[in-house]
Amino acid sequence: MSLMAFMGVIGFAVARLRNLFGVVMLTGIFSLTGAVLYVVLDAVDVAFTEAAVGAGIATVLMLGTLALTTSEEKPASDNKPLLSLLLVTVTGAVLIYGTLDMPYYGEATAPINNHVAPRYLEESGREIGLPNVVTSVLASYRGYDTLGETFVIFTAACGVLLIIGRPQRGRRRARRDANWDIEHGIRKNVILRVVSKLLLPLILLFALYVQWHGDFGPGGGFQAGVIFASAFILYAIIFDVDLARAVIGPKVTRFFLALGVTLYAGTGTACLLFGSNFLDYSILLDEQTRGQHLGITLVEFGVGMTVAAAMVTIFFTFASQER
Amino acid sequence: MEFPGLFNYWIVVVLMMTGFYIVIAHNNLVKKIVGLNIFQVSVFVFYISMAKVEGGTAPILAEGIAQYSNPLPHVLILTAIVVGVATTALGLALVVRIRDAYGTVEDDEIEAQENDL
Repeated sequence: MSLMAFMGVIGFAVARLRNLFGVVMLTGIFSLTGAVLYVVLDAVDVAFTEAAVGAGIATVLMLGTLALTTSEEKPASDNKPLLSLLLVTVTGAVLIYGTLDMPYYGEATAPINNHVAPRYLEESGREIGLPNVVTSVLASYRGYDTLGETFVIFTAACGVLLIIGRPQRGRRRARRDANWDIEHGIRKNVILRVVSKLLLPLILLFALYVQWHGDFGPGGGFQAGVIFASAFILYAIIFDVDLARAVIGPKVTRFFLALGVTLYAGTGTACLLFGSNFLDYSILLDEQTRGQHLGITLVEFGVGMTVAAAMVTIFFTFASQER
Repeated sequence: MEFPGLFNYWIVVVLMMTGFYIVIAHNNLVKKIVGLNIFQVSVFVFYISMAKVEGGTAPILAEGIAQYSNPLPHVLILTAIVVGVATTALGLALVVRIRDAYGTVEDDEIEAQENDL
């Protein structure tokens, strides 16, 4: 409860602060607080995702944008803060009035907990055979939703590439001498370079663990993809974007971006060809739970690939802009 | 905690309105995107706090546990977070492109330039 209040306070601070760099740092803290809150509220998978995405990748992307634009917000000239404040207060009051009919926090009899959720909790162990109910629902019961969301990520990465991915005249930065970077600035810091080099294989290994262990504990394709991508982003920040691009080039990331969604949709189509419904994995192998397990592993792998490729693509596109 | 059982919704409303205020009252486009993010997080908190069941535990099946929290909102929000960062990146890309075209990311200055044309 106090965590929630803390989030509210950070929200106000973000609204008041004019220095955008500080705002971005505060949103990082905001996300991390949110992740802790989700753990308290039993949503371990969600907390995992929020910690990796909100406190990690989103902050880096925001900083990248600040580097390309401006880090100070100008005082507004034609602003009508009172009008906005009035509108917000009235809307908030109406919403609070609406909550008076809501079920109390933690009530087991609330409508949300008595529709399909009990069925997922009681039957998924027998039907899917996986301990992590979140993974079962994500990849099997609600496979359609997840397929759609994977395509949204794919489309967003394509959109970023379309908007700022094309090298325009004078906008793509010149390939700088990597040695210059090593002698100056953040790259001069030996501790950072050594520690990040040591951490890189561990991050990649951990990402793979999260990917394949997601059926049994918290984790899965979404989290693994983000963690996998963060390894490359760390390398690009500490060393050089051009060096990182040499490790994993634009062609490779674009290939995996498409391969991930293809694998997901292909698994669904394979179920069709075997004579069952789209994304009904039970048909894939002779036994229902084994088929489900195979299908879930495949689509989670597809999700992981697309998410990782999308995050790497987006970051590199931002990082290789010339100011 | 016993004290008002609707506290979680009120925090959600406060966060949502903070985000809303940032979006409508600020001219800086990056700040607007931050505001949208706060708005988005308020919806996440709304879903996740509704999914919590008193005395429940994380929805990972194990022996000897009778009460689990609701897994369905977790699934929806988990994917929404990753989709959220992807769409945020798209918005930030637009901001970068707008700065290329106008030389500023302040809404009112862009409008002034448009009116001058």
